[in-house]
Amino acid sequence: MAKTAGKKSVTRTGKASAKAPRRARQSAAKAAPPASQRVDFFKLVPKPRFVGKPVKRKEDVRLITGAGHYVDDLRLADMLHVEILRSPHAHARIVSMEVEEARKASGVVGVFAYKEISSLCGDVPLAHPGIPDLKVPHHPVLADGEVNFVGEPAAAVVAESRYAARDAVDLIRVEYEPLPAVVDPEKALAPDAPKVHKELADNLSFSWEVKGGDLDEAFKKADRIIQQRVRSQRLIPCALETRGVIAQYLTGEEQLTVWTSTQIPHILRTQLSGMLKLPESKVRVVAPEVGGGFGSKLNVYAEEGLLSALARLVAPRPVKWIETRRENMAATTHGRDQIGELSIAACADGTVLGVKHDCIADIGAYHQLFTAIIPTLTGLMLAGSYRFPAARTTLKGVFTNKMPTDAYRGAGRPEATFIIERIMDLVAAEFNLDPVEVRRKNFARKFPFSTPTGLAYDTGDYEKALNQALKLADYQGRRARQAKARDEGRLVGIGLSTYVEICSMGPSKGMAAGGWESATVRVSPTGSVEVLTGTCAHGQGQETVFAQITADVLGIEMDQVKVQRGDTGNVPWGVGTFGSRATAVGGTAVFEAARRVLEKMKKVAAAALGASAAQAARVQIKNGKFWAGKKSLSFAEVAFQAHRGLVIPEGETPGLEATYFFEPGNFTFPFGAHICQVEVDRDTGEVSIQGYWAVDDCGKPMNPLLIDGQVHGGIAQGLGQALYEEAVYDESGQLLTGTLMDYAVPKATHMPWLHCERTETPTDVNPLGVKGVGEAGTIGSTPAIVNAVIDALRPLGIKHLDMPLRPEKVWRAIKKAAAAP
Amino acid sequence: MIPVAFDYHRPRTLEEAVDILRQYGDEAKVLAGGHSLIPALKLRLAAPKVVVDISRLPGLSEVRRSGSGLSIGAGVTHHQLMVDPLIAKLCPLIARTAPEIGDVQVRNLGTLVGSICHADPAADWPAPLLALEAQVVIVGPEGERTLHINEFIEGMLTTRLAGHEIVREVVIPRAYPASCAYKKIRQSASGFAIAGVAVQLEKKNRKCSSIAIGVTGVAQRAFRARLIEKSLQGAELDEKTIAQAARQVTEEVNDFLSDLHASAAYRAALAQVLVQRAVLAALAA
Amino acid sequence: MPMPRSTPSLSKKLAISVTVNGGEVRREVEPRLLLLHFLRDELGLTGTHCGCETSICGACTVFLDGRAVKSCTLLAAQADRRQITTIEGLAAPAHQPGSSGKLHPVQEGFWECHGLQCGFCTPGMIISAAQLLERAPNPSEEEIRRGLEGNLCRCTGYQHIVEAVRYAARKLGGG
Repeated sequence: MAKTAGKKSVTRTGKASAKAPRRARQSAAKAAPPASQRVDFFKLVPKPRFVGKPVKRKEDVRLITGAGHYVDDLRLADMLHVEILRSPHAHARIVSMEVEEARKASGVVGVFAYKEISSLCGDVPLAHPGIPDLKVPHHPVLADGEVNFVGEPAAAVVAESRYAARDAVDLIRVEYEPLPAVVDPEKALAPDAPKVHKELADNLSFSWEVKGGDLDEAFKKADRIIQQRVRSQRLIPCALETRGVIAQYLTGEEQLTVWTSTQIPHILRTQLSGMLKLPESKVRVVAPEVGGGFGSKLNVYAEEGLLSALARLVAPRPVKWIETRRENMAATTHGRDQIGELSIAACADGTVLGVKHDCIADIGAYHQLFTAIIPTLTGLMLAGSYRFPAARTTLKGVFTNKMPTDAYRGAGRPEATFIIERIMDLVAAEFNLDPVEVRRKNFARKFPFSTPTGLAYDTGDYEKALNQALKLADYQGRRARQAKARDEGRLVGIGLSTYVEICSMGPSKGMAAGGWESATVRVSPTGSVEVLTGTCAHGQGQETVFAQITADVLGIEMDQVKVQRGDTGNVPWGVGTFGSRATAVGGTAVFEAARRVLEKMKKVAAAALGASAAQAARVQIKNGKFWAGKKSLSFAEVAFQAHRGLVIPEGETPGLEATYFFEPGNFTFPFGAHICQVEVDRDTGEVSIQGYWAVDDCGKPMNPLLIDGQVHGGIAQGLGQALYEEAVYDESGQLLTGTLMDYAVPKATHMPWLHCERTETPTDVNPLGVKGVGEAGTIGSTPAIVNAVIDALRPLGIKHLDMPLRPEKVWRAIKKAAAAP
Repeated sequence: MIPVAFDYHRPRTLEEAVDILRQYGDEAKVLAGGHSLIPALKLRLAAPKVVVDISRLPGLSEVRRSGSGLSIGAGVTHHQLMVDPLIAKLCPLIARTAPEIGDVQVRNLGTLVGSICHADPAADWPAPLLALEAQVVIVGPEGERTLHINEFIEGMLTTRLAGHEIVREVVIPRAYPASCAYKKIRQSASGFAIAGVAVQLEKKNRKCSSIAIGVTGVAQRAFRARLIEKSLQGAELDEKTIAQAARQVTEEVNDFLSDLHASAAYRAALAQVLVQRAVLAALAA
Repeated sequence: MPMPRSTPSLSKKLAISVTVNGGEVRREVEPRLLLLHFLRDELGLTGTHCGCETSICGACTVFLDGRAVKSCTLLAAQADRRQITTIEGLAAPAHQPGSSGKLHPVQEGFWECHGLQCGFCTPGMIISAAQLLERAPNPSEEEIRRGLEGNLCRCTGYQHIVEAVRYAARKLGGG
């Protein structure tokens, strides 16, 4: 999959082809395998003991006692510590770097700049999005004469202790020549704008477009064209565990081992192999316990290449780097950051005929792994839950002197849903219609549903989720009470969002780095079951969910199943955990592998029991035993027989293991309806949430406890975006929101009680019926909250406000409206 | 994350502490609860040669009677002030302000005295302390001196405490009634006050016989809203009168703070709103 | 502004004696050593985590003489002759006669109610929750949320954590 090309390590997947969207369209057109050829989980296991139940998590015991090991908890013998000198400037040339004093400081083993490691480690790679003419600048792991964002790594100190390393960093003297910083992406496109990268012609990294349907027709037929500018602000993912890397190189064995807080150990392994010019077989990546990711650890980072290079230089001593929070906020990928100019062709009855969306994505200074791909997902999902006949997104990815953006919970889809759900409310307001009715009017109702952007939504029932949410929230009652409150002069608002999103990433043709997932289920001679998954949970709970699936398939207890993930040394292949794919894609691989193990065990049992052909065809599991006719063997006995090799069934070999690679035929499309009621304090602009109701549909639930958790956590991040969070750079490119003192991650006191329910519309894309739910809460919630606030301000004539809806912004809008004639 | 190296002293008496400070002057920092000092050390915004830990000095961690009022020792934590019965009885404004500071962990260790010595313009304590006419008792090599809180806090992050001096206690000069309140708007990330107003009043029938209003978070340092107080003193306190008086807040200072989190105009507006709310709450208390 | 130079070799090491999870430990430490690093690096008690450097996130919360504190905002020196309980010390020690290594009710609540996902904030969150219940055995939802203001969680949205605390309150007889 990886192919490095000189300094610009560009990864191409398959053939370098025209457009990601075309691939997506091709893959979407291919329907799921016909039902007759596929075994569905609920057909195989009609009465699951575990799947579908709120089973407590297996991973929790170690985590609630502080016995899990995250990267910083790993202590290797002879370990050295690394601290990184980072650029204080947004854009500067490095005139000189003086490291002698640092080198001589107590405890220091070495100080390294680009020239010391450039022969060992190539550029930070990206997964090529298949966008023609993509401009990819040189992105070294340590600054090569120039720095392009505040926080960019410039040098590394290796020392005996973290404290010594930190002290030595302050002794490095760097002379910088500051260069003009480019901070505004729209200004960055002006012909006279300073350039972020001198080797490039300008600051435009790429242009891309997706369109479908007859836009001219739509705009001709419309009763009104509504224009609106919207912004999805830049966010900082802020996983509680910052990043961290330990690397060790054993020269004799020519073996590099990298422990890192990552969502994608296998992809990382392949990429590190390319960066370091080491065969993959000599690279092992281990993700220990990972303390949250949300997309920010779905990447290949400079520090991972850097630590690997340092490990070679100080071999065999391991080297460890643990990111501080300030480093994390400046130099771990940021999320979102799009400006959209919308043109909406709408009819007076609320029907939307078409949408034109001109988008500028502020991608920061470099490409990280999926930087360019994320905003394309916005364009792909622009139709939302609706049957807009025509839609077009033109996208410009623009370089600025900031941290690169990449995936952050929702990754392109929250931006799309925000746009569409604002459109629904804008149309409702324009024609004085009920926002609920406008949605009903436009809903897609027949599935699979083809969007003008080339996607095929699997299954859905948007009206059902909406109706359930309206009921749950007592919507009519609330509107009546809102009218009374308005009479009293109170600013009460009710907002909704009926969203659909694309996840369970995904068909390989539509994915830049492969979209299958693998699982190996192996049973030992004593009946102990291991599930090796290529997914990489960082809080989602697959250690439990995959044990539920496996135990139900094999008819055993969950305690007999151990799920392993994260170590390329024992899990042969994988893609990883992101894009709400782990259960839908990874769980399916587990199911398929477990099913094949089951089939073999039935055959072994039949052979071991000397069953007749008729009996062999009807082997059953009951109460943990395999039955052929009236005779039975325990699970462990069958396992033993499989390894013992005395009774190998016809056509089989000894052993008891199956590996399955599941290639999904399509993405899946979870959906839902969220409703939010707020009250705005006229005097302070503060927004208080008076109620929140969510009905989400993620297909068949594997574990409702975990699903609720994902929805709650997703809503919290959506609420953070709506009301509190923004990554702010000043005009010189300094990150003003550089610590948790200034960047408001929601606290327990910021969250309302969430009333959550589900509808269940299984997908036909996978045999579990699972649609994925990790990002849905985030995608659905932001617009519901924003729509509620704008609804609250409607009596003042306020039509739109951009996020975050911080009190001062709301206060100013109220004042301005009051002052208007 | 990692402080610059320093030496650590844990003197056994206040005199010993003062002596160390006399030796090192500005190169020494005093440690009580550490919740202003240690964050500064970790960000390397402060790099003293010597840290002097006074948190275990005998007698400093008490709230005790002082004349007709109270003394709050340098080691008294915010949490103590939430639960201390003397405070609740004699100075409820302090008890009502304490829960608004930081979070549980910060309140468990951070001290009122430490906070005012740091003089963050967004800290909570200066507002009620101004309203209560608190006195700051300072010890140094030359002996003891006392400054009114308004004299003690000079400006943003600056006090009139010399490098070789330590604050031993804050004295509230007398007992105060329960007609008091502290209202605050929090900066959502840090929890500090974008604006905070403390009101201590005394009423006779429906009229206000005395009123003190301390405002924090909106200017270089906390201040008493004297113009507003003057308008309300002796007046019948109803919503209209209070609202009218509160408008003067923009005239109380001319340097409203403007930063990433709130503009000067917004802070002024918040101050006005909080004055109203705090006065009404104090009336109802 | 030139960075201050750190000369640790010039600062005297301190002898401290701290009781951690019921056992006394004596060490010589640099004065600047943070309590968090003392627990994690010196004593190998890695259950207490570091999530920020501005005392906001609370992942480092431990008990100091029965008070929940952020161990990142304390020097190890300040813990001299004091008692620390970390997450590792919360469950009844398995070797204690009559106990079975039983989980503290708050830990149990987090398990029963899915009060954790990635687990990184969890040790600190559990300590704060335990403190909350000691002070308010039957807390309202608002009291629970206020009591956890010093602990950030990015995964759960806090709702299951609130339920976990309620579960523990009932178990402890207060709820």
